Amino acid sequence: MINEFSPPESLRDVSTHYCAGCGHGILHRLVAQVIDELGLRESVVGIAPVGCAVLAYNYWDFDVSEAAHGRALAVATGIKRSRPEKIVFTYQGDGDLASIGIAETLHTANRGENLTCIFVNNACYGMTGGQMAPTTVVGQKTTTTPWGRNPAFGDGWPLKVSELLAPLKGVNYLVRSSVNKPQGVKQTYQYIKKAFINQIEKKGFSMVEVLSPCPTIWKKTPIESARWIDEEMIKEFPLGVIKDK
Amino acid sequence: MEKNKKVTRVLMSGNEAMGEAAIKAGCKFYSGYPITPQNELTAYMAKRMREEGRAFVQAESELAAINMVFGAAATGVRTMTSSSSPGISLKQEGISYLAGAQLPAVIINVMRGGPGLGNIDSSQSDYFQSTRGGGHGDYFTPTLAPWSAEEAAQLVILAFDLADYYRNPVLVLADAIIGQMMEPVNLSFKRVFKKKLLEKNWALTGAKKRPANTVVSLLLGDRVLEKHNYRLGKKWDKIKNNEQKSASYKTEDAKYLIVAYGSQARIAFEAVDILRKQKIKAGLFRPISLWPYPEKGLREVAKGVKKILVVEQSLGQMVEDVRATLPLKQVSFLGKAGGGIPWAKDIVGAIKKNL
Repeated sequence: MINEFSPPESLRDVSTHYCAGCGHGILHRLVAQVIDELGLRESVVGIAPVGCAVLAYNYWDFDVSEAAHGRALAVATGIKRSRPEKIVFTYQGDGDLASIGIAETLHTANRGENLTCIFVNNACYGMTGGQMAPTTVVGQKTTTTPWGRNPAFGDGWPLKVSELLAPLKGVNYLVRSSVNKPQGVKQTYQYIKKAFINQIEKKGFSMVEVLSPCPTIWKKTPIESARWIDEEMIKEFPLGVIKDK
Repeated sequence: MEKNKKVTRVLMSGNEAMGEAAIKAGCKFYSGYPITPQNELTAYMAKRMREEGRAFVQAESELAAINMVFGAAATGVRTMTSSSSPGISLKQEGISYLAGAQLPAVIINVMRGGPGLGNIDSSQSDYFQSTRGGGHGDYFTPTLAPWSAEEAAQLVILAFDLADYYRNPVLVLADAIIGQMMEPVNLSFKRVFKKKLLEKNWALTGAKKRPANTVVSLLLGDRVLEKHNYRLGKKWDKIKNNEQKSASYKTEDAKYLIVAYGSQARIAFEAVDILRKQKIKAGLFRPISLWPYPEKGLREVAKGVKKILVVEQSLGQMVEDVRATLPLKQVSFLGKAGGGIPWAKDIVGAIKKNL
């Protein structure tokens, strides 16, 4: 159960740089809470991505490495194989994990690396100002799809990474949730906890995909953003357990 | 060789010798991606690392390999990757991050011909890339160039020590001839680096009984990166002062000095002997550290020299460092590119033409 009032020890008592209504604050908190509850703070190594969460190490109070754009799972592989007793996780956005890092994602999963991956899907590149991501939905306007993502223009279709990884034998656990409302936050917390427990139990690759609001880039209020996830994103990225071996 | 003392000599290629040296140096994590002419090294590591109970990963790409090495280095273990020219270009992203985050790692480049896919023949055309940073940003990587299989192994041992001491990626720049050539290698590698290595208290090992550690190269904020770059700059100065390494052959009375490194120095060595037989006072200066360039050694041996010939398997890269070191000397150049090799007779001819 989430303790709503006491901040986790693994989360520093500082303000974040995240925008109002952004999902990262909630997700940082959930990750920190799970790490506390499982007693992992002194054995965990996190990997912060390139993207809005690049400064995650300023907010988490445990060992964290940077990774070049898209390379978080390669860095995680190096860490875990060098120190198998550590609990290693990556925290990555959709541009990072699904575009520039798709090779690393696919092969880390396929090797069955015993890692936990938190995949924050907000259907855009946030930090660089809102370009089309592989997960951008058809019709969604971004700075590089000014008339909306259009497969007829050669923009392609939303890339469903979780579904893409599901058939791989090395993949143990794939789930998708959202943090746009309280039930979703609670579900996400359960999924993240399971994804870490899987690693402790040496079950292989676990990934939690989280649909997360980005009001600034979506040019919506936080409330409109929460609704947009329900109305548009979930249609493309259905929630639930995709694989649980 | 000392009498009555058994010396283990094994016939092996430069690639295998470098792999064995990494094992002896305590490399705990290796990752590589197939590329000729260094495949024997990856294959050697695949077998030996597993035999030793250490980690070997065949990566999905050069990018993944170097970033796995980044992760391994961040945990404080000794780690290495190897590749050849086009693959090293891909690794430059990771090498820049290693330098920025001040992580120790060893990168072996068994050079082949370029640019582009080039060919798989021996070449020395990655000198600029190796000695001028290589990736983006203001940084250098110590670069060691062996001229034999055994020296390749010794320099790998030294590279691990330099990497740990200076907290910086270190390159071993071999060429296809050194990587592929088989020769007897003395496996009792000796450590030559005598400075004390500090404990890696910055490593990511879990924040137990200490504040959390971070490994980053992103430094935002007013003048934060600038200050970091000055700190790195001081490190480059220290390396330049302390780590120049070179060897000389028959330079005491030399009037004609040949400057060459790697396999090309091996050929120039032969040329010196031919010239000496013809009563021409030739000598060889062989840089072992290409960065830092062994300026002190070169100035010393060049004192009584009339003319200098730089020989490279390229269109002329190291020659710029020789000219910068000795601006008042007459320096000429002999080189072949794209897998061409200046042979001893070419070197002898070039010296005699310019007596």
